[in-house]
Amino acid sequence: MIVARGVHKHYGAIHAVDGVDLDVRAGELFGLIGHNGAGKSTMFKMMLGLIPVTAGEIRIDGAMVAGHGGANGDFRAVRRKIGYLPENVVLYDNLTGLETLQFFARLKGVSQADNHALLERVGLTHAARRRVREYSKGMRQRLGFAQALLGKPRILFLDEPTTGLDPEAIRGFYAILRRLKGEGVTMVITSHILAEIQERVDRLAIMAAGKVQACGTVQALREQMDLPLWFSVRVAPEDFEAVRAALGHLPVGAIEAHDDHIAVQCRREAKMAVIAALATLDGKVRDLGVHEPSLEDVFFGFSD
Amino acid sequence: MEFAQIATVAGKEFWDRIRNRWVLAVALVFTAFALSIAYFGAAQQGTVGFRSIEVTIASLVSLVIYLIPLIALVLGFDAIVGERERGSLDLLLSMPITRVELLLGKYLGLAGALAFSTVAGFGLVGLVLSAQLDLAALFHYFGFMLSSVLLGCAFLSLAVMLSVFAADRTRASGLAIAMWFFFVLIFDLLLLGALVVSGGQWGGEVMPYLLLLNPADVFRILNIFALEDVRTLYGLATVFPPALARSDLLGLVMAAWIALPLVIAAWRFRK
Repeated sequence: MIVARGVHKHYGAIHAVDGVDLDVRAGELFGLIGHNGAGKSTMFKMMLGLIPVTAGEIRIDGAMVAGHGGANGDFRAVRRKIGYLPENVVLYDNLTGLETLQFFARLKGVSQADNHALLERVGLTHAARRRVREYSKGMRQRLGFAQALLGKPRILFLDEPTTGLDPEAIRGFYAILRRLKGEGVTMVITSHILAEIQERVDRLAIMAAGKVQACGTVQALREQMDLPLWFSVRVAPEDFEAVRAALGHLPVGAIEAHDDHIAVQCRREAKMAVIAALATLDGKVRDLGVHEPSLEDVFFGFSD
Repeated sequence: MEFAQIATVAGKEFWDRIRNRWVLAVALVFTAFALSIAYFGAAQQGTVGFRSIEVTIASLVSLVIYLIPLIALVLGFDAIVGERERGSLDLLLSMPITRVELLLGKYLGLAGALAFSTVAGFGLVGLVLSAQLDLAALFHYFGFMLSSVLLGCAFLSLAVMLSVFAADRTRASGLAIAMWFFFVLIFDLLLLGALVVSGGQWGGEVMPYLLLLNPADVFRILNIFALEDVRTLYGLATVFPPALARSDLLGLVMAAWIALPLVIAAWRFRK
């Protein structure tokens, strides 16, 4: 669906994007994460055809949107397939919510018939005739999202889409994304809130210093990074030593005693052995939790 | 090029100015100034009331030459840089619209608002005066209104060009003010200075052509040459050859002043 090959973007001596290859498959929710200045926003803008590439090419549905000689094919047809929600979306304060959608629908050349339904979808029906200047940050973000959904796009670019949304709105937002995914919409999303996207994206790319440092499913990246797991073993304090003894012969890392549990670090390959050893403790283990490394751990592992 | 896209952007820009009462405010300013000049222009000489269309137009030209360039520059200086600085430009450009279409849409919408307020403001005065004007006088007044619109469009074109080149709104506003000073206040002084310093030896022959390098001067010549009494009054006929002072030719020069900055802006904006 979206293919980037050998993409470079140089601003003088600064290499904002430095030889990026990416494949975003049709119908997947793809995450693009990185520190500020990692190059993801530049990559986003090149994928949207907003800025030219220095070298390489980007294709959407086979049509080149950035590359040598600029965009080719029918760029309007490609743009009509795309919805874009920029980071900190800025809309026109003097227009109402409904007028905002009418303006962008006209620009996009799509029907106005869905405008009310879109406002309802993002929970803004009550504010349809209020000026955007009276909207809260979260309402603006939701209106921006409705704008991105105009014309039933096949590809959505969402740059920090949940900025300014309250927890309930965030949940609602991802519920919409799930439905869109069910409809086969391809989505590329960036977020600084890694915990928020780690369970939601199909695959992601971690960018640092203008390069893709890693790309794959969250689980594949965890395994690739080979980060240790953490067991949380709930036992009575008098049984702490028994746990230490049971695990003593296994290749485990740190064992930390807390008030009501012991935290045990171990490598992925020792996971089953640790479980088996704890099972020998004959009822002393009251509860057991296995904690995979978070996306944040994976991110820092690849980006630092 | 898709005209629907241009019309969408132009329509938004135009209605924005209608809704925020910019058009109304500017039209009222024009009406108030034009009426004051028409009826009280000769108050210093002890007479009050409408005298002649020639004197009224000559006085209005002196006013408009300051006012319209300023209004046009203020209107257009942030057309593009404002969108860029607010962060709305990327969203606009992610739509199925080319940069040139966006630029033209912005320009045409703003030009429409400026033209509408100019015609409404001066047109109202024309209506008030119509009972006292014959057909020839009305024709001259119409010509004055049309050339005022062209003057506004020329400076708006320069403002939009600035808004493409400027890195931020602050610089764009500074450049717009500098441009107003240069074309409205300094340009003629420089030409006169060069004439005086060289004792009339340098620049005399090229002076008429140099005047065409300033849209404000083109506007002045367009209006002054149309009225015989005023032409004599200004003494411009001695500097400006009548062969060059044809309204169609000057109209073309003004059209070039509208088109050229837009072409440069489009070239820069596409890069």
